[in-house]
Amino acid sequence: MFWHIFLRVISSSDLWAATLQFTALLLLPALGGVISERSGVINIAMEGMMLVGAYAGVMGAKATGSVVGGVLIAIIAGSLLALVHAIVSVNFKADQIISGIAINLAALGLTNYLLPLQTGGQGVPSLGNNLRLLNISLGPISNIPFIGPVFFQQNIVFYVAALILLGIHFLLFHTNAGLRIRAVGEHPQAADTAGVNVQLVRYMCVIGSGALSGLAGAFLSMGIAGIFNSDMTAGAGFIALAAMIFGKYTPFGTAGACFIFGLGEALSVRMQDTGISPNLLSTLPYIITLIALVGLVGRTVAPAADGIPYEPGGE
Amino acid sequence: MQESTLVSPDEQHAAPLAVEMRAICKAWPGVVANDHVNLAVRKGEIHAVVGENGAGKTTLMNILYGLLRPDSGEIFVNGQQVHLSGPRDAIRLGIGMVHQHFMLIPPLTVAENIILGSEPGGVWNVLDTRKARDHIMTLSQQYGLPINPDARIADLSVGLQQRVEILKMLSRGADILIMDEPTAVLRPQEATELFAVLRKLVQEGKTVIFISHKLREVLELTDRITVLRRGKNAGELVTRETNQAEIARLMVGREVLLRVNKTPAKPGPVVLHVENLHALSDLDLEVLHGVSFDVHAGEILGVAGVEGNGQSELVEALTGMRKVTEGKVTITPIKDGLPGETCDITHLDARSTRKMGLAHIPEDRRGSGLVLPESIEDNSILGRQRWPEFSWRGLVLLLSKITEWARRLIADFDVRTPSATVPVRALSGGNQQKVIIARELACNPVALVASQPTRGVDIGAIEFIHRRLIEQRDAGKAVLLVSAELDEIRSLSDRIAVMYEGQIVDIVGPDATEEQLGILMTGGHIEKGKEEGAQ
Repeated sequence: MFWHIFLRVISSSDLWAATLQFTALLLLPALGGVISERSGVINIAMEGMMLVGAYAGVMGAKATGSVVGGVLIAIIAGSLLALVHAIVSVNFKADQIISGIAINLAALGLTNYLLPLQTGGQGVPSLGNNLRLLNISLGPISNIPFIGPVFFQQNIVFYVAALILLGIHFLLFHTNAGLRIRAVGEHPQAADTAGVNVQLVRYMCVIGSGALSGLAGAFLSMGIAGIFNSDMTAGAGFIALAAMIFGKYTPFGTAGACFIFGLGEALSVRMQDTGISPNLLSTLPYIITLIALVGLVGRTVAPAADGIPYEPGGE
Repeated sequence: MQESTLVSPDEQHAAPLAVEMRAICKAWPGVVANDHVNLAVRKGEIHAVVGENGAGKTTLMNILYGLLRPDSGEIFVNGQQVHLSGPRDAIRLGIGMVHQHFMLIPPLTVAENIILGSEPGGVWNVLDTRKARDHIMTLSQQYGLPINPDARIADLSVGLQQRVEILKMLSRGADILIMDEPTAVLRPQEATELFAVLRKLVQEGKTVIFISHKLREVLELTDRITVLRRGKNAGELVTRETNQAEIARLMVGREVLLRVNKTPAKPGPVVLHVENLHALSDLDLEVLHGVSFDVHAGEILGVAGVEGNGQSELVEALTGMRKVTEGKVTITPIKDGLPGETCDITHLDARSTRKMGLAHIPEDRRGSGLVLPESIEDNSILGRQRWPEFSWRGLVLLLSKITEWARRLIADFDVRTPSATVPVRALSGGNQQKVIIARELACNPVALVASQPTRGVDIGAIEFIHRRLIEQRDAGKAVLLVSAELDEIRSLSDRIAVMYEGQIVDIVGPDATEEQLGILMTGGHIEKGKEEGAQ
């Protein structure tokens, strides 16, 4: 019985389409984490930045009456929250973990506070189709059996995320700016003496991570859900954080890790009629991760200066 | 500022100044690093800036390189007054600096390190590794500094890493090259090569500022010398008109004994006995192939050898930091001139060997000798924190006793620090080393293993440390001295064991010549007759 359902689930295009959707949702903040930590700033606040992005997206879309307006406002909101993190950790050299936790908690409190104020206590704001980020079909290839529904009928943000993945990889490893980011994350003093503006690089990277998290939030609220709910990110930002570490701080490794987590998420939704507790099912990807971490991936080495504030001229 | 009184004829038409720093002041809370310091460097010369650790050399250079901003004072580069707000400004003015601790990024390649910060095409361009590689090959040929641009920094020897640093400066078109203690990390052959490179660069029209406290190098390499002492100018000298003693006196502010004064050893019974010792390297290859020797009470046994022939592993094996695969190490305390009970310490860990009375001055003071962010107090009991003097039943630290102990060590060993609670990171290298030596010697050990005890330490502190080691010997301790400095081995040791490829090839007297030791260190043999005929 179990195997029967399992095979049916596994062979359905729905499962894989949902997997890729979750993958994209995790990938955006995870890539944000990659660039932030590659520049040497630990960012555990993707969760909060996503949540604020999700809220700002819905509210922005309603206020401007446009999808693009909503998405831009979500990105700006995520970036502003990241700017706070950058100021606190780059300028004031505060503990980046604490700053991250504070931002996550503040984001949760802030959205919970603003929500009833703006809706006048009239429940949750849902979006009409004209203001949602919709799935799009990419012409005739979207009709290919199985492949079509899985790859070519995805939400527009999925395609954007795929491009961003390629873009971030290219940025980090094939541009001069990427060289500077990696240098600043490994040995900021060396980068400084070589004439790199360490603070500027770190600011840009942290703000970039906020922009990506904000976009992911908009994807969640304006795309997947069509609605904003309190704490709707439900830990996705933390899963993204784990995916980044699991992926060894590389864009493609991170994408692979997001795929495993995304598959687990999709499985736990689709397997509910097997009679196995969905809660138990949702632990599956993490158990696989633990096994993979021990056996396959090996030790993950963070950038050498990750989390250490830079003190110019100091020893 | 006093000018050199003896100006030779060719220097009356001296080259214009490449760098002039006037009345530079820089202070931190509690420390005045530079107090109205002047520096004048002429174009095309090699100019030494010498001084003890903490004299303000590195601070002055960091100011010139824009890493630190002076509290007051003026800087002129090629006659123009400049205000440096960061290394970017210095680079633009043609100033390059090789720091004592290299500013290279280990996981990146040589090419990536060299182009970083001044990448061809600007920040927003595609990383053009081919162009970078060509550029580096051209430079490398032009200056005769061969390097593989695709090698990762982490895989290069220290000497090659330094070469990358030099190429990095040259690739930015630096004309004024600051070298901050460049030989501190080099082997003798590498230092010789470096000098040849620097001389060549000067011929090509570059100006070199050479920071050092190794007087022999300064005399060999440089044209003029600026001496700093405790943050102030102590003198300016023309190299060929001065000598080691004069420089040392200006640096330290008093006469310095460059040779160690000691009486002949009065060796007693064997204290440290090492028999057929075998151990593996970090790569699980055997590096010690049966090392045997004895160290007697009241003698210093020096271990000489080219670095990497097993000396480091020998020290680790003796002190419980490396597993012994075969062989035996015993220690015998001496009471009233008579040997006590012999203890086998072959397989004991570091804590237990220490408890048995084997003190250890490790070669890497920053890595294994000290916990840099912690205070002098904490570091002064490191490894002995469970002793009844410092803790109640090994559980609760007796803080007031520790403070008292640390203050005593600071006074007895002349550690220069504002207080006992400052982190050891804030101390100069020499003072950090004094903290370790104080800690190890003050516990009245039976035997002492001192590995590179004066590495990277200034001349005043070297004299001090040498005196302390001799004192230990004269107090009847057995001292094993491992050092890469042949001068140090020869002046302190009563016998010299030479290590080559994991074995002691010979044990010779202290009057063996440098040449004879050199032959042994590279695997040769000296005839017994010749040895006796020496000196």
